[in-house]
Amino acid sequence: MSEKTDAHEATPVATQDVSALCEAVRCASRVCARGASTKLPCAEGTATVLDLTKLSGVIDYQPTEFVIQVWAGTPVRAVQMLLAEHGQYLPFDPLLIEQGATIGGTVAANANGPERYRYGGVRDFIIGVHFIDGEGHHLAGGGKVVKNAAGFDFPKLLVGSRGRLGVITDVTFKVFPKPEAYATLRLTCAHLAEALNMLPKLTNCPYDLNAVDVVAEAERECVELRVRVGGLRGGLAARMDRVRALVGGGEIVSGEDEETLWREAREFTWLPKGACVVKVPLTPARIPALDAQLRGYARRYSVGGTVAWIAAEDIGAIDALLRAQDLPGLVMLRSLQEPRIGARLPNPFAERVKAALDPHNKFGDL
Amino acid sequence: MSLGAFLAALQRYLPADRILSHPAALAAYESDALTAFRQRPLAVAVPETQDEVIATVRLCHQHRMPFVARGSGTSLSGGSLPVKDGIVIALNRLNRILKVDITQRFAVVEAGVINLDITRAVAHSGLLFAPDPSSQPICTIGGNIAFNSGGAHCLKYGMTSNHILGLKVVLPDGEVAHLGSESLENVDADWVGLFVGSEGLFGIALEATVRLLPKPETYRTLLAAYRSMEAAGDTVSAIIASGLLPGALEIMDNLSIQAAEAAVKAGYPTDAAALLIVELEGERAQVEAEWERLQVIIERSRPYLVKVAQTEEERLKIWKGRKSAFSAVGRLSSDYIVQDGVVPRRRLGEALARIDQLSAKWGIRVANVFHAGDGNLHPLIMFDGRQPGALERAEALAGEIIDLCIELGGSITGEHGVGMEKRRYMPRQFGQVDLEAMQRLRRAIDPLELANRGKVFPEGEPPALHHVGPHPLERAGVISRE
Ligand SMILES: Cc1cc2nc3c(=O)[nH]c(=O)nc-3n(C[C@H](O)[C@H](O)[C@H](O)COP(=O)(O)OP(=O)(O)OC[C@H]3O[C@@H](n4cnc5c(N)ncnc54)[C@H](O)[C@@H]3O)c2cc1C
Repeated sequence: MSEKTDAHEATPVATQDVSALCEAVRCASRVCARGASTKLPCAEGTATVLDLTKLSGVIDYQPTEFVIQVWAGTPVRAVQMLLAEHGQYLPFDPLLIEQGATIGGTVAANANGPERYRYGGVRDFIIGVHFIDGEGHHLAGGGKVVKNAAGFDFPKLLVGSRGRLGVITDVTFKVFPKPEAYATLRLTCAHLAEALNMLPKLTNCPYDLNAVDVVAEAERECVELRVRVGGLRGGLAARMDRVRALVGGGEIVSGEDEETLWREAREFTWLPKGACVVKVPLTPARIPALDAQLRGYARRYSVGGTVAWIAAEDIGAIDALLRAQDLPGLVMLRSLQEPRIGARLPNPFAERVKAALDPHNKFGDL
Repeated sequence: MSLGAFLAALQRYLPADRILSHPAALAAYESDALTAFRQRPLAVAVPETQDEVIATVRLCHQHRMPFVARGSGTSLSGGSLPVKDGIVIALNRLNRILKVDITQRFAVVEAGVINLDITRAVAHSGLLFAPDPSSQPICTIGGNIAFNSGGAHCLKYGMTSNHILGLKVVLPDGEVAHLGSESLENVDADWVGLFVGSEGLFGIALEATVRLLPKPETYRTLLAAYRSMEAAGDTVSAIIASGLLPGALEIMDNLSIQAAEAAVKAGYPTDAAALLIVELEGERAQVEAEWERLQVIIERSRPYLVKVAQTEEERLKIWKGRKSAFSAVGRLSSDYIVQDGVVPRRRLGEALARIDQLSAKWGIRVANVFHAGDGNLHPLIMFDGRQPGALERAEALAGEIIDLCIELGGSITGEHGVGMEKRRYMPRQFGQVDLEAMQRLRRAIDPLELANRGKVFPEGEPPALHHVGPHPLERAGVISRE
């Protein structure tokens, strides 16, 4: 979950032995769990880093059950490859796979990609978890069946917890059959407003769309609308024609070119060199006001306009901007500072949960 | 604390006609849909606004008064059963739809809004609220949130939790918290995800921001009748393995088929050993392609009869039979308990065969109607509560079914919650450390354990004692039966 080790850091605890990790949490005053270092930094002043990449591999996978349990340090790529052998996938479209993102980091950072649009995010697919709380207890939540109402929903709680509530050791997901084929409609719009006008047409129509993104570049007025559709091969062409008719034009791409478009989004290869990316959850109606302040930044409005990704080097400026607009933000990639920026409201529920799971604040402030 | 002082204080916030304390008025609140348990509360408060709920909760906190939130009281696990020395906060009048945003596909509703009323309010624009428990014409969104309720269409789009974006809640000491937002995305831990499914132990949900989905363009629904339960179960496995993702996959056994047919004349073949309902939904071109694939699988599975819904009317008729199954079984038997354990899907056949054996062993009729696509069983255990010992025997059988689900790697409850009924089984599903962590969490949120006290967590009674004599809760004077 961290970006880089800082100079003063002691040797990380790296082991396959969960009880040794629990012991490390018990003994330390400050703990940071780290996956492949693709997304988030460790909190400042961390005494003990737990390197989870050794805690890797598949624990249980029954393809006919559409459920998979893996250790937290397992690379997402390995999981996706295994699932693909059986025509299955993680539908939330995990990020930074090629850069080595791990399953635990993906859950802790709530790292959903554009295809989250179709069936939901990490929260909608996680069904079980084991994690170490701030007192070194190894705890279980959820289970291995797709429907389960017993006990508090620890699996969901840990989604987006950024290591601040516990150290995730393994995760169980439900998975889905992978679409046989994909196609994408690309439409250039002269202005963002034009693309935004198109959004409700797409998001409210009864067509099954896999992703709806708007791509805006730093120095240009025009933006590109991208609509991804997936499913059985038969019927796909007809479905794409309907999407094109709905938005009144555009180019349909498929095959490798199409793959590349979404790979670029998932791997953030569109970021200028050295830039961080800020994730901003919002609703489409909030986009115009935010975007008015973002000329000069490369940015994307993804998941039907419910999340903005902003490429930025000066995080302070974005922080101020988000606060002014009462929007929250999360800095990901290449940043060593506290990732949670923008607006925050006091949350007494969160404080109480934190006090129960991490009473000595070993994992850092929420 | 005196009840009189509490009620007098409550009158500062609620008019007298919305504070019930006469035995006759309290009778309606004595139990939920698990009627085997009854407990008269000290009083019932009926707030109509969020401020009234908050004031009531604050007063409860001041007076150390335990409270149980109640929606429509359709819980099947005793979740809304009152506690002996506490009050009920009835939320069905807190039922305003505060905002409907069609363009951005969400609605903000108060907790007492009826599930189906959300869909009714947005249907004109082609949207719907996806979670569809069979009780949807009466149950409230607050109850759905407390239990993370499901329905027949969970396979593809998940349960209640997957459709809640934000919550406004009052914690058990009266503090108000806002969780989540209007967006699908999030940059903090999933507080909404934790609150949903907490069975009223974390406080009261006041309002929810719910996600709306476009109504599927088309449905294709079929009914296949089999001579054996195994054949139906195997067909479910084959459909899932083929890569299809139906909107719903339901199975009913002969007893529930007969009951449903007698009750609503759904056109089910009453001689079938098992009936499989498959519904594909989505965009027309995709559904047509899926339908072709489904036909092949169904044909190979050798049903002795297949009915395809040709019109929306016929489709609704198929669903009417399925959704009325619980109440229909109620006509066959004066009393019944519904279990809702879950097993891994590939072990459904095994689970059903063993339930059959258990039913024979105890000499108790069990009807099975269940969400086959998610492995969520619903055995309906029938008994006559007037016969001495019948409830205990039915509960003992229920316990063996729950054990079976755990043994097969599943869960004690898929959607009805632990409530009062299944709390003694929690230690069989979770380890001691896990339960202690849940307790710590609960006490961090509610140190006085005022909110829904006595539910979910086992309370010291050795489970074995339960098999003979009165229910341990009755012995403890917590509940009684009529
Ligand atoms: C015929 C029938 C069919 C059913 N079918 C299904 C089904 O298909 N799927 C399914 O999942 N369930 C089903 N149920 C069970 C039941 O309908 C659900 O559990 C439903 O969500 C309960 O809603 P309610 O408003 O009746 O809640 P209640 O029974 O009043 O309360 C349920 C629980 O929620 C708590 N609660 C209520 N409101 C709030 C609030 N605002 N904040 C916090 N806690 C609150 C209560 O304290 C209690 O613990 C069925 C029940 C019946 C009787």
